[in-house]
Amino acid sequence: MSSSAAGSNTQPSTAHEAVGHGEGVISETEQARFLPRADLQILIRLLRDDGFTVVGPKLDQSAIVYGEITQVADLPIGWTDQQQPGQYRLVPRNDDRMFGYVVGPHSWKQFLFPPSAIVATAQRTGDSWRMSTPDEPSPRYAFLGVRACELAAIAVQDKVFLGGAYVDPIYQQRRASVLLIAVNCTQAASTCFCTSMKTGPRCKAGFDLALTEIDSGFTLETGSERGRSLALRLPLREAQAAELCDAEQGREEAERQITKQMNTDGLHDLLLGQLRSPHWQTVAERCLSCTNCTMVCPTCFCSTVTEVSDLTGDHVDRERHWDSCFNMDISRVNGVPVRDSVASRYRQWLTHKLATWQDQFGTSGCVGCGRCITWCPPGIDLTQEVWTLQQLARESGHGLSHEEAPEQTVEIGSGEG
Amino acid sequence: MTSATSSKPRLAVFKFASCDGCQLSLLDCEDELLTVAGLVDIAMFPEASSDMQPGPWDIVLVEGSITTAHDAERIQAVRRQAGTVVTIGACATAGGIQSLRNWGHHEEFLRCVYARPEYISSLATSTAIAEHIPVDYELRGCPVNRQQLLDVILTLVAGRKPRLPVHSVCMDCKRRGTVCIEVARGIPCLGPITQTGCGAICPSFDRGCYGCFGPAPQANSQSLTDHFLNTGSTPDTLLPLLRNFNGAAKEFREQSDRLERMFPPGPNAFSD
Ligand code: SF4
Ligand code: SF4
Ligand code: SF4
Ligand code: SF4
Repeated sequence: MSSSAAGSNTQPSTAHEAVGHGEGVISETEQARFLPRADLQILIRLLRDDGFTVVGPKLDQSAIVYGEITQVADLPIGWTDQQQPGQYRLVPRNDDRMFGYVVGPHSWKQFLFPPSAIVATAQRTGDSWRMSTPDEPSPRYAFLGVRACELAAIAVQDKVFLGGAYVDPIYQQRRASVLLIAVNCTQAASTCFCTSMKTGPRCKAGFDLALTEIDSGFTLETGSERGRSLALRLPLREAQAAELCDAEQGREEAERQITKQMNTDGLHDLLLGQLRSPHWQTVAERCLSCTNCTMVCPTCFCSTVTEVSDLTGDHVDRERHWDSCFNMDISRVNGVPVRDSVASRYRQWLTHKLATWQDQFGTSGCVGCGRCITWCPPGIDLTQEVWTLQQLARESGHGLSHEEAPEQTVEIGSGEG
Repeated sequence: MTSATSSKPRLAVFKFASCDGCQLSLLDCEDELLTVAGLVDIAMFPEASSDMQPGPWDIVLVEGSITTAHDAERIQAVRRQAGTVVTIGACATAGGIQSLRNWGHHEEFLRCVYARPEYISSLATSTAIAEHIPVDYELRGCPVNRQQLLDVILTLVAGRKPRLPVHSVCMDCKRRGTVCIEVARGIPCLGPITQTGCGAICPSFDRGCYGCFGPAPQANSQSLTDHFLNTGSTPDTLLPLLRNFNGAAKEFREQSDRLERMFPPGPNAFSD
């Protein structure tokens, strides 16, 4: 982390420190700009005038979710969240911060990789079929309030959907037009562990604009050409030293509040060396195989595709829906599920997130946002399970290395399905 | 409503102990019903038509549970004449709300309700159709999902295998963006162990899922029950949650029975 300068040095110059590389470089002039609180509305209006659908945090269903924002008053002013494994509570703050919360049940994934979509259509015309793909223009989003771990999650999904030979057109179109306005965290939840995953809490790259909220407004950084030209249209003024100092302290406070850790050293080989561990069954006794952890995860990308015809069978839509490795149906081969026990499904999830994802995409599948911990009804915490597996591996003298690991076809669990 | 064309698959609908709600879902289909009627020969559907033709039938929809000795024999006769049997609704697939009698005192109920209980001939239990005959497809729900019912009929008519997803209600909640009421508000919800089909209606109206589509095949009902107990739910809330339309389904029944063993003196609205 670059903000190791925390502590005695309260000179505003610490806030000017150039961090990251490429698009994310923060120059002194950019960092020294300030958007007064009352002018955030101008940013929202500019974006809307430019034809963006502005999506940001709002109160709904006893939580802070992401939805369309038309004005500052839509933001969760004066609200925050308290999170722990299996529990989320919306609570009032004692100030009127607009971005004074951590991450909630929603993620930006739902806008770039929609939960349900029609990917193709077939229409019978006489003796033949006319196949087509949807051609409606995709929405142009401006995301307001993207956290550092969420920028990292978008970068992970970029690799998944755009990185290989098969590019996902729905994701591609939405991603190409999206404008990312990040907001640095100034607090963290007990479930956050972005520092372990090296994704946060500070936004370093991948944004167009990045704000840091203090009582009187926002310090502002730009991270792209689009961000710079947008900033030029905002009523920015020079930031005062005290404002920069407050902003830096806020960001440091977030980092200080992060207590959860996961040791990722050698984790890839360690996990793949534990495929036969009895611990998977121990977790399976609690795991409901309910899919919540994968649904809320901002990087999980699994989907199922199904053909749905109308009554006459003349019109068929090929629908795509979010799916999950915790769903028995997803591993159905020749009519039977390959992963027919909860243990095998939990193992698939954890080893994919933290090990085989690296083989597949050259990055971890976990950005440390903690959603899967909070939104797991029985509160299963992957960092705890990893810790236990690490202990077990240590006790058994690390057991088998990845290469020596037995075939994954070994039956685990009771096969209760 | 019937057609003389013998090449069309013959459809029959049978009713056992039930409220008729699931059959009504079919009649409710209105516009689609005419299309269905054009694709199949509706040979037997007493709820809709007095024209009843004898078997054999290609597709048989069975609503309701087995609660009398006579019905236990009748379902065997239906099976012998049926090609594909599809059970529809919680009564047929799990015994229905009337399976609460399985925990009660049958004789006492008869005495309380009927002036002349000796005229009543019923079994002490209400059981699912699959406990009596082999069933090809089960359509869960109280009532069934209309669209799912139509899909299954049309798929069978087309000679394909129906696709009946078995994922949890939670997945539907998440797909529609509903915030989890269990995690965000501490409302006990059976969604994690309940099979999809309803589209996660209840949580979107601020109430916990009460399992009307029955347990999902992967249901870890013990863990969920333990979780509810550990987070402050009492047997007074949990027993009626687990023991209703699908109370007799194995994964729900085992947990409501376990709760009764764990809390023997606790009030139980259903046992007497
Ligand atoms: S695995 Fe959990 S902590 Fe990691 S990115 Fe997904 S939801 Fe966040
Ligand atoms: S963890 Fe499971 S749901 Fe997530 S991407 Fe991997 S296989 Fe898919
Ligand atoms: S780990 Fe938790 S959220 Fe994930 S499937 Fe298991 S019980 Fe559900
Ligand atoms: S509200 Fe119920 S069904 Fe929905 S995600 Fe939460 S536990 Fe699952």
